[in-house]
Formats: sequence, structure tokens, C-alpha cells
Amino acid sequence: MADPRTHRLRLWSSALVVGVVLLAVLLVPPLVQLDEQAVDLSRKLLPPSWAHPFGTDDLGRDLLLRCVYGLRISLLVGLVAALVATVVGTAVGAAAGALGGWTDRTLMRLVDAFSSVPHLLLGIFVVALFQPGVWPVIASVAVTHWLSTARIVRSEVLSLRTRPFVDAAVSGGASRWRVAVRHLLPAVLPQAGLAAVLMVPHAMWHESALSFLGLGLPSHQASLGNLVQTARSSLLAGDWWPTLFPGLLLIVPTLAIAGLAGAWRDRLNPRRRSELML
Amino acid sequence: MKRRLPWGAMARMTGRRALAAVPVLLAVTFAVFAVAEASPFDPVKAYAGTAGLTASQENLDQLRANLGVDRPLLTRWWEWLTSALTGDLGDSSVMRRPVADVIGERLGWSVLLAVTAFLVAIALGTLLGVLAGRRRGGLLDRTVSSAAYTLEAAPAFWLGLLAIWFFALRLGVLPAGGLTDTASDTVTFDQVARHLVLPALVLGVSQLPWFFLYVRQGVGDALDEDPVRGARARGLGERTVLTGHALRSGMLPMLTLVGSRVPELITGALLVETVFSWPGIAAATVQAATSVDFPLLAALTVLATAAVLLGNLLSDLLYGLADPRVGFDG
Repeated sequence: MADPRTHRLRLWSSALVVGVVLLAVLLVPPLVQLDEQAVDLSRKLLPPSWAHPFGTDDLGRDLLLRCVYGLRISLLVGLVAALVATVVGTAVGAAAGALGGWTDRTLMRLVDAFSSVPHLLLGIFVVALFQPGVWPVIASVAVTHWLSTARIVRSEVLSLRTRPFVDAAVSGGASRWRVAVRHLLPAVLPQAGLAAVLMVPHAMWHESALSFLGLGLPSHQASLGNLVQTARSSLLAGDWWPTLFPGLLLIVPTLAIAGLAGAWRDRLNPRRRSELML
Repeated sequence: MKRRLPWGAMARMTGRRALAAVPVLLAVTFAVFAVAEASPFDPVKAYAGTAGLTASQENLDQLRANLGVDRPLLTRWWEWLTSALTGDLGDSSVMRRPVADVIGERLGWSVLLAVTAFLVAIALGTLLGVLAGRRRGGLLDRTVSSAAYTLEAAPAFWLGLLAIWFFALRLGVLPAGGLTDTASDTVTFDQVARHLVLPALVLGVSQLPWFFLYVRQGVGDALDEDPVRGARARGLGERTVLTGHALRSGMLPMLTLVGSRVPELITGALLVETVFSWPGIAAATVQAATSVDFPLLAALTVLATAAVLLGNLLSDLLYGLADPRVGFDG
């Protein structure tokens, strides 16, 4: 196990990265008076320098600025998709756990059936038929990501149902609905929230993969995936920076979010031993 | 010591799983048709292509009747299902050929790529996992573990593009994509082998973090256990302890879980085959999706689901074999 000092270091560096990312995507677009779409062909494909830390793309646009805008869109899509998936997963998991019986069995079979289709493939299928765009992408990410939350919430609810405070509420005359909403749901929210946070990077990854395949966001809403996709022709001509930086901007926030969520998870489940379980 | 394999129990489990797979596959095929029905996708316009823009309404209606898409959802689904069971999966509009032919021609290349990538991941993952698990918290462990977490966060398509840039453009030692050289019109072993290296490496490396972390955990835990302590107390050499005791008990659970990694493998293949223009079924799936080729897309989605179910079965069978306490009841 890592010693407390490395632990703290990891936590603070994760928090710092997440803070910088949030500030950048929230403040740069409204405050910085630069047009990320400004084309300047005389400055096309300049390698990284002080004036353009990430270099410029094949139309002479500043890549740092484009990456910040791309990250903003990826993050937004990831957040919304994770939120939708968590709400759906919590509702299904809570219903299955609280009602039990046939409802439980049917819902869990549904979860099993959904998890037998590879997620990206299901996403590709949905987006292809509904035509690429923001909402189909969000829907396709949400439709594949609620499963794990549903499983977590269901098992939490099942273990909570046997606790004395639930028995007390039931013998006090509380209705099923009231027990579910007032007693069970608040108790599972921390776990569901953790699942949601861990889902954000996953959803961002999913969105960039779809965008890279040409099945994601339209090119005027360039996300990080779109940026890698459009950089492909420059890469084949030997210019690496338009490909490298969007990818890095996907990796670094992912690691930081996972670091923060890991610390949160250690607080929720202090006895967890394996480093693999999420 | 030789143990007789429990063929009977394994066969019964396979049979039960095959029966359980039927409703899942039925549900997936039906869902595929239901989603298409609910979407704005119009098979007639897809079939007619640009000619559909100028055709009269009468002609379009005629075409609709000819294609049989004016009938209710259930009828179409049932018809597709019955002809699929006889091997007729319809015609692919983007490849202009029967779907069954497209799959038959491409499946082999995808399997070749996936198996090579898995071997790469297992070999590298075991080697690094043992080295890191031996001294957890050491410099090597910390370096490789951080690299593994970073790699886990890196999208496979991005890794593929950087690999093309470095190995194909910068060093010029390996081809950037495809199955054979552009000038060549025959498929030779030599060419395929050279074109396989980069995609297999990238797909393998993208699967590597998981293997590595499992072996590391398994070996590290096994080294703390009594059998290893006993072996050390008996004075066995470090190598024997590591390969004979720690690796065996640490690796078995990992190897059996390989089958359950099929979904991640398919996800990786979708991206890697596209980046390297590898002529497999995953690249065909992406092509089918971008040009909304419903017959091909439907068949490939169902095929992928079947592969996942098969992988789960394989993994459970192996797990039962590796750990007799688990058994074959699932």
C-alpha cells in the first residue's frame, strides 16, 4: 500500500489538475477574446512554440485554444451523459432492489442482455441510425453506461433492506414508496455519486471514440475526438502535434478525476483491499 | 498428478448457456429492428441512394413494397430471423455483396489480429506483472503501474496514430496500414506478417494494463501466502518459488478471465482496425455505420453479442477447471 505522503501528493495533484481544467473550460471562452476558429493560412502547421504552446493546425488555428474548446465540449457531453446514465441506473437499481421478485429478475435480465453488446458497438449502432449529433451521442453513451450503476445501487439497496432502520420505518407504518424515497435512496446516493464521477472520464472517452470514427459531434462543435480525427491528414504528412495534444488532454483529466474519485472511494469503503475494484 | 476432466458437467453447463443465449440473442435482434424502426432511418432512401432524390413518389412506394419494408416490424423481424438461420443475412449496400460473404471474408483477419494482440498482452502483462508484483512499491513497480494507469486512460485510436507516426513515418520500418503493400495484388505470408505488427501491438498494448494489474496483484498476494512461505522455508530457490508457486496461483484466475475481455477487445478492434485500415469485420462495422448499411450493421451487432456470450462461457468453463471449488453450476 502506498504511504500517506504519496497518497496526499496524488490527491492534491489530482485536485489541482481538475481545478485548472475546470477554470480553463469555464473561464477561457467568456474571458479570452480570441476566436478559436480564426483561420490564418500563413501560420499553418507551426510546431509548438512560446506563441503557440500546442502549435497550430492545418488551417493556422491555435491548437491550445482549440483544445480548450474541445475539452469544454467533451467535458460537457461527458457530464450530461454521466448524469443521465446515473439517474437511469439509480432508478432501475433502486426499483429492482426495493421491489424484488419478478420486477427484480426482469430488470436484471435486461441489464445482462444490455451488457452482452459491446458498449462502443451499441453506441455506434444508435448514432448511425439517429444521425450523428450531440443528443444521439449523449443518448448512446447514457444507454451503455447505466448498467454498472444499476448493479451497484441494487446490491446496496438489498443490503440496506435488512437494516434495523428500515424495519423501524416499516413497522412505523411507512409506505413502500416512502421507505424507498426517504430511507433507501439517500443511503445509496454516495455510492451512486461516486459511480457518476467515475463515469465522466469514461463517457468522455466514449464520445471521443465516436467523434473520431466520424459518428460523433459535427465538426463545428469540435470535441477532442474530432480534433484527433481532423489531425489525421497532418499526421500522415509527418506533423505530430495536432494529434498528440488533444489525446494528452483526454488522458490527464481522466487520471486526475480517477485520483479524486479514488480518495472518495477509500473514504466510503475503508476496508477495500484490492486496488483493482472501482 | 493427473486429474480427469469433468466433461459431463462442462457439457451440461455449455448446453444450459446455449439455451440461455437464445432469448438474449432474440432480444438483441428484435431491439436492433425496434431501434431502426424508431429512428429517422429510411431503408428505401438508403437503398435508392442519390436516385431516390429525384424518383417519383410512385416509384418510391413501389420500391418500398418490393423491399418489403412497408410491412409491420414483427413480420420483418421474423422474416430476417428465419432467413438468417438459413445463412441468408441480406445484402450489404455499402459493400454491394451478400452480408454473409462480407463476414466470411473478413472474420479470419479479425480473429488473426485479435489472437495476436491477446498473445502480446498476455506475454507482456505476465512478464511485467511478475517483475512488479515481486517487489510491490519498488521503483519498477511504481513506474510500470503509473504507465499502466496512463495507458488505460489513453484511447486506442490515439495510440495507433502515434504508432503510425513513429514507426511508419519517422523510422519507416513498418507499413502504416492495410493488409498488403499497395502495389501488390496477392496476399503473401511475409506481407501480412509485416502489416500485422503495428495493429497487433497497439491493440495488445491497449489491453495490457488490465492483464498487467491482475498479474501484479495475483503474484503479489500469492507471495504473502503460506504455500510460498513454506516453499521458502524448505529452501527452494527464488526462481522456483516465483514460477512454481506464486505465478501458478496468481496467473490462473487471470487467464480464465481472458474470455470475459471480449467486449473490450471488440471495442479496441473497432478503433484499431479503422486506424490501420485492417480488412476485418470491426472496420466493416464502422463503414456500415457511417453509411447506415442496416443489414450489415444488424448482422455484425448480433455476431458481436454472440462472441461476448461465447467468451463468457469460455471464461466460466476455464474458471471451473482452474478452481474446482467453483464448479459448473452457472
